[in-house]
Amino acid sequence: MSRAGGTWVGARVPRNEDARLLTGRAQFVEDVEPPGALHAAFVRSDLPAGRLRGLDVERARAHPGVHAVFTAADLGPLLRPGAVLVPPPPLEGLVFHARTALPLVRERIRHQGEALAMIVADSRYVAEDAAQLVEADIEPLDPVVDLGRALDEDAPRIHDDLPSNLAAYVRQAKGDYAAARARADLVLERRFSYDRGIGGAIENRAVVAEWDARADRLQVWDTTQAPIPVRNVVAAALGLSESQVRFIAPFVGGGFGPKIMFYAEEILVPWASIRLGRPVKWVEDRYENFFATTQERGQLHEAEISVTREGRILGVRDIFIHDSGAYDPYGLTIPINTQCTLLGPYRVPNYESEFRVAFTNKPIVTPVRGAGRQHGVFIMERLLDLAARGLGLDPVEIRRRNVIGSDEFPYNHEIMYQDFAPLRYDSGSYEESLEEAVRLVGHETFPRERERAQPDGRVVGVGVVNYVEGTGIGPYEGARITVEPGGTVRLATGVGTQGQGHFTSFAQIVADAIGVQPSDVRVVTGDTSDFHWGTGTFASRGAVVAGNAIHAAAQSVREKILRHAAKALEVDPEDLELADGAARVRGAPDLSVDLGALALSANPLRGAVEPGTEPGLEATSYFGPPYGTTANGTHAVVVAVDPETAMVEILRYIVVHDCGTVINPTIVEGQIHGGVAAGIGNAFYEELVFDEFGGTSNASFMDYLLPTSTDVPPIETAHLETPSTLNPLGTKGVGEGGAIPVAAAFAQAVEDALADIAPGLEILDIPLSPGRLFELLRGAS
Amino acid sequence: MKPPPFEYVAAASLDGALEALAEPSLETRALAGGQSLVPMLNFRLAAPERLVDLNGIEELARVEETESGGLRLGAMVRHLRLERDPLIARRAPLLAEAAPFIAHPQIRSRGTVGGSVAHADPAAELPAVLLTLGARVRIARRSRGGESGSRVERTLDLEDFFLGPFFSALEPDELLTAIEVPPSAPGEGTAFDEVARRRGDYALAGVAARVRLDSRGVCDEAAISLVNGGATPCLMREAARTLVGAEPTPEAVGATAAACAETCEPAADMHANEAYRRHLVRTLTARVVSRAAGRART
Ligand SMILES: Cc1cc2nc3c(=O)[nH]c(=O)nc-3n(C[C@H](O)[C@H](O)[C@H](O)COP(=O)(O)OP(=O)(O)OC[C@H]3O[C@@H](n4cnc5c(N)ncnc54)[C@H](O)[C@@H]3O)c2cc1C
Repeated sequence: MSRAGGTWVGARVPRNEDARLLTGRAQFVEDVEPPGALHAAFVRSDLPAGRLRGLDVERARAHPGVHAVFTAADLGPLLRPGAVLVPPPPLEGLVFHARTALPLVRERIRHQGEALAMIVADSRYVAEDAAQLVEADIEPLDPVVDLGRALDEDAPRIHDDLPSNLAAYVRQAKGDYAAARARADLVLERRFSYDRGIGGAIENRAVVAEWDARADRLQVWDTTQAPIPVRNVVAAALGLSESQVRFIAPFVGGGFGPKIMFYAEEILVPWASIRLGRPVKWVEDRYENFFATTQERGQLHEAEISVTREGRILGVRDIFIHDSGAYDPYGLTIPINTQCTLLGPYRVPNYESEFRVAFTNKPIVTPVRGAGRQHGVFIMERLLDLAARGLGLDPVEIRRRNVIGSDEFPYNHEIMYQDFAPLRYDSGSYEESLEEAVRLVGHETFPRERERAQPDGRVVGVGVVNYVEGTGIGPYEGARITVEPGGTVRLATGVGTQGQGHFTSFAQIVADAIGVQPSDVRVVTGDTSDFHWGTGTFASRGAVVAGNAIHAAAQSVREKILRHAAKALEVDPEDLELADGAARVRGAPDLSVDLGALALSANPLRGAVEPGTEPGLEATSYFGPPYGTTANGTHAVVVAVDPETAMVEILRYIVVHDCGTVINPTIVEGQIHGGVAAGIGNAFYEELVFDEFGGTSNASFMDYLLPTSTDVPPIETAHLETPSTLNPLGTKGVGEGGAIPVAAAFAQAVEDALADIAPGLEILDIPLSPGRLFELLRGAS
Repeated sequence: MKPPPFEYVAAASLDGALEALAEPSLETRALAGGQSLVPMLNFRLAAPERLVDLNGIEELARVEETESGGLRLGAMVRHLRLERDPLIARRAPLLAEAAPFIAHPQIRSRGTVGGSVAHADPAAELPAVLLTLGARVRIARRSRGGESGSRVERTLDLEDFFLGPFFSALEPDELLTAIEVPPSAPGEGTAFDEVARRRGDYALAGVAARVRLDSRGVCDEAAISLVNGGATPCLMREAARTLVGAEPTPEAVGATAAACAETCEPAADMHANEAYRRHLVRTLTARVVSRAAGRART
């Protein structure tokens, strides 16, 4: 495959990694089993709130095949609360109480699944047998389950040293909302609840650690999205130098956010390997994953919108509570995303937003694909739908009247985003994407179509909603590119990969710069021995931050190649072009030299290297954006609702999106498809159900309903490309956008379908299950 | 999610299996398709000391026509076979219609008719469907001390088999060997439908119906059973009776559906409350009975 002009960026290049993935030859952590490996299992609390009065592990220790049982008492200096990974932004009046968990419970149990003991045995089977022999004497405490009551004065306190369960308070505002409200022709206020669930990666977490006492080195395979920061924390905790510890995040079967977190198992498994002098392997099972891996969950909003008669937004006010679970190691990323993303592609001159974060006796909440942005988009889009209804406007029309025009960039929203930088939109295509989605879904003709009787008694509706997503935030990523004497090109970067197609998109960037095929570029991600500076794969930033670091490194290598080739061919660098793995003279392609030969001569074994130069055709570069770049898009959905059974089927799903420069449309579409699937799950299927005692009632895929291939329709995608002004490639993130506006679109479409049958029906709570829709229909009739 | 230790016996014959099961000092369990049992082992909800694998017993895997023109389905007949076997499609089309609603193809290619019935899950499709068809179960065990012969067999009406959720009339040393489905009568129509959250999920509610019409189009026999309509797979005798003696007009069918919805005893769970389940029973009964009556007419 080759493209005119040698431009690989933008081409549908087949994925370099697929041959290995599809033939089962890709390495996952589960595949790693060093000789003599022992297997770990954790004894976890069934109760969400309690006091551990005693822990009898003697029978477990004596069980045949058990090598060790560790409790908090065995941990020594490791027994200290984990790090706060993301500090709160510097905002005036901000309150933030950081509370993080101990690696193993010492006394207080704050959520179901907190680990009480670690068992290391010959096999996972034996470890689980022994786990059943551990006797925990737990005094149950009243759990805090209901988010709406978590901040009540008489709520049981989860962290005794705090006066209440308030974890944080933040207020951000612009303009003067009260004054705007006083001028409004229509003010609408509603309570909304928006709940989300687990990341639901196919691969659960896993850690394999091998301490090599002779080499004095620790090697760890880990399913993390952030191998370098985790390596650094583990090295520090174990008193090792960073260079003694190698973390490898090989292929990872999905990240979706929770794997960016730092977890106790990532220290305990390496620590046990050192203690026992044996490799130790721990693979989380699906049941554990529902408690031991972080998740996202709910917010309760009281929101209002003030509009003019013509449907222009005068202002929005939103007050919400965010459920943080038992601890808050990831700071305020999620609620701040909610607060900022709510504004969407709209002119909102006056905004007042205030949130409280509450501790509850539930598993820890950290970002999951979308990371709170869904919640904000849902509130704003619903407020617009309600306002449109109140004013007798079409939902599309009210959006048209409020979207920021193409001539208004950069657009400053005057509040602060999760990266501690102002929320500023660098560029975008808000009007175009809305109009394109409207055109694709045939919105103008839609009411007529709806009147057409469905043969099976179902009713059909359409929803069209917008979003803007802050993506590609700093601080930085780096990349090193090396042309090897064999002519292959090595690219190493610090971000981990969980299925995003990095081995291809990154290779395309390099291929363009130095005139090779993407398949000639060998990409290494997530191995700290190959690259040890960087933060990780999160916040839709791989293609933006790592991508531009790669671009910069590729440009440097390109210059080196040209310099060496100019010397070898005795021409001016200006007269050279790089193509087909060689440098050749423009117009005289016979005069050329292979990149491999150049690499060899750039690293001579004898002779003199020019002073002031470096050996090899290699360059390392870093990229750090001043602030995040903003992607945008519009989703349109057509649903059929059976008013008798309350079942909803998605008939069509259309995504118009703009992530700036598209490096590989196939990969971008893959990101969108996965995102939309996650969004559909969030809108209609997935929900963590907690019983009154705070236990999760549906900790398995039998009752926690991920959408399957039969629940996700074909997705029609249109790409708009408005380059980012904040980086040379012009890329913006696309990893999360697919997931963000789905529930809002879904709600609008279901209401539209039921407009004749249940005219007053309002969908204010997500997820909407058929059971909930049934109740709404009953209430409306 | 690893099972506790157990002893594994691969039985080669029915008598071998019965013998392995009848070990009084051990808690034993039959292993059929494993699609329900293995998850229970992995969650450590069940901890039998010995598993007796029935997969090697050829005689349990047969589908046969009975003397009366009905069907005998060996306990180890897989769900997938119900969908594909032409004999089953001819003799008991309701089984072929309902089978695709059970789980997913991978599970249907392992899961068995006997396992599904023995498991006695009120949310399962097959028990309800087989109740509608008036099926009987064949049960065998090894003779206990003092009994003559090597094997003791009994036959039960399926209606008497289900005693509670996941609780049946089977004794620990007994195996379900076959299901007998009586022949269908002329003028009979059957239908099945369910509402599930996702394709392949256990149904929120499901309805199987069998309607027989005489030459004048009057219903002279009707059977309706519910999936997830109560603590056991349940045959709605009273409600079905309301259909008998009249033409199945929309009004008549509506009344029957209402009777079903009123008298069923659905559980509430995280996926559906009781009111929603009743509502679904009513909607589905109306749809399914009409469809069955339509098929009876043709
Ligand atoms: C993801 C998933 C989804 C599913 N969805 C559905 C669904 O929608 N509807 C549905 O009906 N089922 C569903 N099932 C269950 C499936 O149909 C099972 O196959 C069935 O319930 C049990 O059959 P089995 O052959 O697998 O039995 P096993 O799992 O092997 O056994 C189940 C129980 O029956 C006992 N047993 C089995 N055979 C006999 C016998 N001959 N005599 C005495 N006792 C016996 C076993 O000892 C055990 O206690 C699903 C299963 C899975 C894994």
